[in-house]
Amino acid sequence: MSIPRTIKEAAALIKKREASPVELAELFLERISAEDAKINSYITVWEETALEAARKAEKQISEGNYLGPLHGVPIALKDIFVIKDSRTTCGSKMLRDFVAPYNSTVAEKLMASGSVVLGKNNMDEFAMGSSNETSYFGPVKNPWDTDRVPGGSSGGSAAATAANLCVASVGTDTGGSIRQPGSLCGVVGMKPTYGRVSRYGMIAFASSLDQAGPLAKTVEDAAIILSSIAGHDPMDSTSVNLPTADYANALSADIKGLRVGIPKEYFISGMDPEVEKSVREAIAELETLGAEIVEISLPHSRYAVSTYYIIAPSEASSNLARYDGVRYTYRCEDPETLRDLFFRSRSEGFGDEVKRRIMLGTYALSTGYYDAYYLKAQQVRTLIIRDFDSAWEKVDVIASATSPETAFRIGEKTDDPLKMYLSDILTIPCNIAGLPGISVPCGFSSEKLPIGLQIMGKPFDEQTVLNVAYSYEQSTKWYEKEVALLG
Amino acid sequence: MKISKKDVLDTAELARLEFDDETLSKFTRQLGDILVHIDELAELDTKDVEPTSHVLELSIPFRKDEVNQTITMEEALSNAPSKEDGFFTVPKVIEDQS
Repeated sequence: MSIPRTIKEAAALIKKREASPVELAELFLERISAEDAKINSYITVWEETALEAARKAEKQISEGNYLGPLHGVPIALKDIFVIKDSRTTCGSKMLRDFVAPYNSTVAEKLMASGSVVLGKNNMDEFAMGSSNETSYFGPVKNPWDTDRVPGGSSGGSAAATAANLCVASVGTDTGGSIRQPGSLCGVVGMKPTYGRVSRYGMIAFASSLDQAGPLAKTVEDAAIILSSIAGHDPMDSTSVNLPTADYANALSADIKGLRVGIPKEYFISGMDPEVEKSVREAIAELETLGAEIVEISLPHSRYAVSTYYIIAPSEASSNLARYDGVRYTYRCEDPETLRDLFFRSRSEGFGDEVKRRIMLGTYALSTGYYDAYYLKAQQVRTLIIRDFDSAWEKVDVIASATSPETAFRIGEKTDDPLKMYLSDILTIPCNIAGLPGISVPCGFSSEKLPIGLQIMGKPFDEQTVLNVAYSYEQSTKWYEKEVALLG
Repeated sequence: MKISKKDVLDTAELARLEFDDETLSKFTRQLGDILVHIDELAELDTKDVEPTSHVLELSIPFRKDEVNQTITMEEALSNAPSKEDGFFTVPKVIEDQS
């Protein structure tokens, strides 16, 4: 048996009885224990619970109760989704011993689909970062070049998926945290429409922007996971009560006549010329496949990073106020007073990037600055959304690079937060407007680093986004190129 | 807008964070750089623009106000670093009067 790389391959092995869920779980657990020290993509590995879940899946399948393409397939989850009675750290010292008393909806749905969860992937602390260097549990390394970052904040999910230390993973995306690491690690990463997937049990960073989604080797695998996790949840009042689809079965590579918008502002100055070249070639490929290419303008997108760095930290400063040394595991030693307890627990429990964002948010929301920052940002947010609304009158999807650059070196941007923030310049607008977006591999640089193509779509039109990515992927098959480093 | 060390200290007080001198200087510089970048938003005329309150046009979902068990008190307290008799415990807040 060759090691399956995709959900589809794993499911085929299971269906043909060429590999059992237990054999697959053992195989991946062995790979993790042999290889993960090189990339640090897991915070917690669940040998026992994974094998238990695999045995359960095996029994169900042998009794003729097959639950679908995820049944018995070894996947992983970003360590931001709580699972009852097991540790969820969110990449932070603050939560290093936190054991949730309930299940996140995403985890519950994946387990109900019969998938075998191997463990929890490393991530930037509280999902704040674009390089996975802010994790309390150490940086994740890019499997294509271990001197480089995997992107962030779902860097562990992307790196583990790329190195095949799980078949696929589920991450979260607040400003690009699924798509950017997907791009930098050469895997598919999708952020669904805001409201498509329940945020219940997903530790909050910026509640108006956060959304969960798949990281996988292929578009079809991403569609399989999305079908499992999408849908209304009464436990999340922002999850939308709209019908979902079997996105994988409905995939179509026929994009003839589909209008693909190319925002002229998205080929920004300072963009890596090799990235630009690959993305322009990908756009030409879409045209060859029958799509109509239309130049469009999204003039306010250039303000998206500034808008984001007011809205996201403001929401974060409020969401993270709960970590006070009283309720969530971490407390400083021997607090003298309640004030001392608050200040020292928070100052010791959070890392620098989290503190910077709490500070930015607290400042933006403080008396005298609210109108100039928070209100202004929400107004500019309206302008960014309006740009997209007018674009949808002319086009069906929008295409651009996912990241203006390939994976940068570990340590390259850690002293310059602003430079780090600007690396999400092309992914943030999607979150600001709540739109679905996907990153699909579109080539490699001369240094053999992956490049990603981003496709953005109309609200709740995940299917068209997936179809365009699928069509491109099936004609180019970049995913067939495997990471050579880990064998 | 550049900010002063005092602004950073005042904000830290609100955020319940404290820094050593080196971090204070670093944060003053870094937060200042970020805020200067963010000042570009002032270029935009937003006088008559409604602020976004939600990206989707949602109606507020209503449900019946029914009592049901989600987690138990023990579970709710299970991550507390210090607890006693069903309460979270913290250092004494009120001074002894005796």
